[in-house]
Amino acid sequence: MEQAPETKASATLERLLPGQAPVLTPGHTLETITDKIVSIVLRRPVTLGWLGGFAFFFGLLNLMLFAMAYLFYRGVGIWGINIPVGWGFAIVNFVWWVGIGHAGTLISAILLLLKQGWRNSINRFAEAMTLFAVACAGVFPLIHTGRPWLAYWLFPYPNTMGVWPQFRSPLLWDVFAVSTYATISALFWFVGLIPDLATFRDTATNPVAKTIYGLLAMGWRGSARHWKRYESAYILLAGLATPLVLSVHTVVSFDFAISILPGWHTTVFPPYFVAGAIYSGFAMVLVLAIPIRRFYGVQDMMTLRHLDNAAKVMLGTGLIVAYGYTMEAFYAYYSGNAYELFMFKNRLLGPMAWSYWCLILFNILIPQVLWIRKVRLNPAMLFVTSLVILLGMWLERFVIVVTSLHRDFLPSSWGMYVATRWDYAVFAGTLGLFFSAMFLFVRLMPMITIFEMRLLLPQAKLSEEVAAHD
Amino acid sequence: MTESVLHGVVAEFITPDELVSACKKAYAAGYRRMDAYTPFPLEEVADAIGFEKTRVPLLTLAGGILGGLSGFFLQYWVHTSAYPVNVGGRPLNSWPSFVIITFEMTILFAGIAAVVGMLTLNGLPQPYHPIFNHPRFTAASRDRFFLCIEAADPKFDLEQTTHFLEATDAVDVAEVTD
Repeated sequence: MEQAPETKASATLERLLPGQAPVLTPGHTLETITDKIVSIVLRRPVTLGWLGGFAFFFGLLNLMLFAMAYLFYRGVGIWGINIPVGWGFAIVNFVWWVGIGHAGTLISAILLLLKQGWRNSINRFAEAMTLFAVACAGVFPLIHTGRPWLAYWLFPYPNTMGVWPQFRSPLLWDVFAVSTYATISALFWFVGLIPDLATFRDTATNPVAKTIYGLLAMGWRGSARHWKRYESAYILLAGLATPLVLSVHTVVSFDFAISILPGWHTTVFPPYFVAGAIYSGFAMVLVLAIPIRRFYGVQDMMTLRHLDNAAKVMLGTGLIVAYGYTMEAFYAYYSGNAYELFMFKNRLLGPMAWSYWCLILFNILIPQVLWIRKVRLNPAMLFVTSLVILLGMWLERFVIVVTSLHRDFLPSSWGMYVATRWDYAVFAGTLGLFFSAMFLFVRLMPMITIFEMRLLLPQAKLSEEVAAHD
Repeated sequence: MTESVLHGVVAEFITPDELVSACKKAYAAGYRRMDAYTPFPLEEVADAIGFEKTRVPLLTLAGGILGGLSGFFLQYWVHTSAYPVNVGGRPLNSWPSFVIITFEMTILFAGIAAVVGMLTLNGLPQPYHPIFNHPRFTAASRDRFFLCIEAADPKFDLEQTTHFLEATDAVDVAEVTD
């Protein structure tokens, strides 16, 4: 492609001016931005690499379907859960996936309100990531109910049994929080797509593609009146999504914190869950962005500046998470409660101690390399660090769920938790669902918001005398 | 559809500056039924053609209030009359535990109202619009800026309006039929 020399130039520029890399490499115009993003979907042939990657993850997705079919046939007994550990992988994975979704909303809504222009090139695929992560999360509570075909009982609807849900239960709050979050994220994503779908409609040459994108664009024509209402609705959605995203993981943490179980019953849970969610979400953003910018040659739009900023967000939220772990230990000590103290000693030295120490290593110690600018500007090292953080955040939920449950109040009720291959199959399957959806997304939709990228150009700015009101 | 009805006269511009000054001129000349088309949002364009207020925020507020009230009173009604459950002797209307769902419903309704309100006020989905008959209109979603003075405007006069638009920085002026 003719973009190649530009990419090289941007790499040189970034090497010369570390940390000052531009959000958008100079040299772009309205036309080149449009062409570049559109051509990824409409002009680029399907490559063997894409097909191979998609086939692999689609295979994993089918593994999930198989594992779920067997689960529905046999029941949750095929998993490693039992009393006392009645919450196993299903809840760990649910919390992990919901958390990953948070970065998408943070980037698209909170950074929009804070007028962070650099978000414009990563918000679209981060929002897609949110949607797919929430879809993966949604799988678990559903199949965990034991009788998933009755899951609709969770919703308040008039029924012949005369029964209503218990609104005082945090588990029901979760139903409302996650389904609202999924709905608002989908709306936000779709509204953002409309103008870009119109660009696709106007650029596509294949009549089938033209028709489908045309239907989705709903006749968008870029009218000034439409843009005005559009911007108003977009900003309002961002304003609504901001408290929503903070509330979702807060509500998820209430599932634990509202109970009176040692290790769960702490007030630090909501803020530290939210920070952990953003932490893991940004790690997933980087895990996706680093290969995408390389394989699709969009280093000039997702520059090292983006990677650097994302790494800084991870560093900051990682420190909040570290504070959370410290406070958990402090609570156990300061409460003077024998059960709390025992729980914490057991977490540090008990049979599940390996998980706690791995967690500290992956989530707190290793990510400290992000203080070093060279690491933040090195995509390969950032990629590995992000994978470590994702693993660490998964372990955090594992530690919270399993080590708190497996030693009950009475030693006669103590137990152990060992995940079965069906637990692993469903988890791997959701990874398949997530990544095969991402593979389809980058080939079918504009993965960078075209109209917002245009706003980053100097030629999109009005000169002062024209902009002045008279 | 056999006879062609004039929709308006369309001018094409290369920069947003040229478009905004042309819009201001057209508004000053007394034209009101006009619309501008841009590849990205430009608030000044809407202001220049005299479209300064939108009702989207009001609809969103109404949606939020409706959602909040229905969220709270659903829970209130369920727990006090439809299906009262005595939990440890606590009051049936235990409102602090209703706060979260009330909040979620507020956000949900407000968000839906914002999106549905925006689409409805914009008249979308709208599969056909005469402006799409302009031969170069696909550039409006790409890199060009258009101003259309519609034939429905009381001041519209084919010859005069065409002259008026030609006097601006337009690179092209064309008639668009319905």
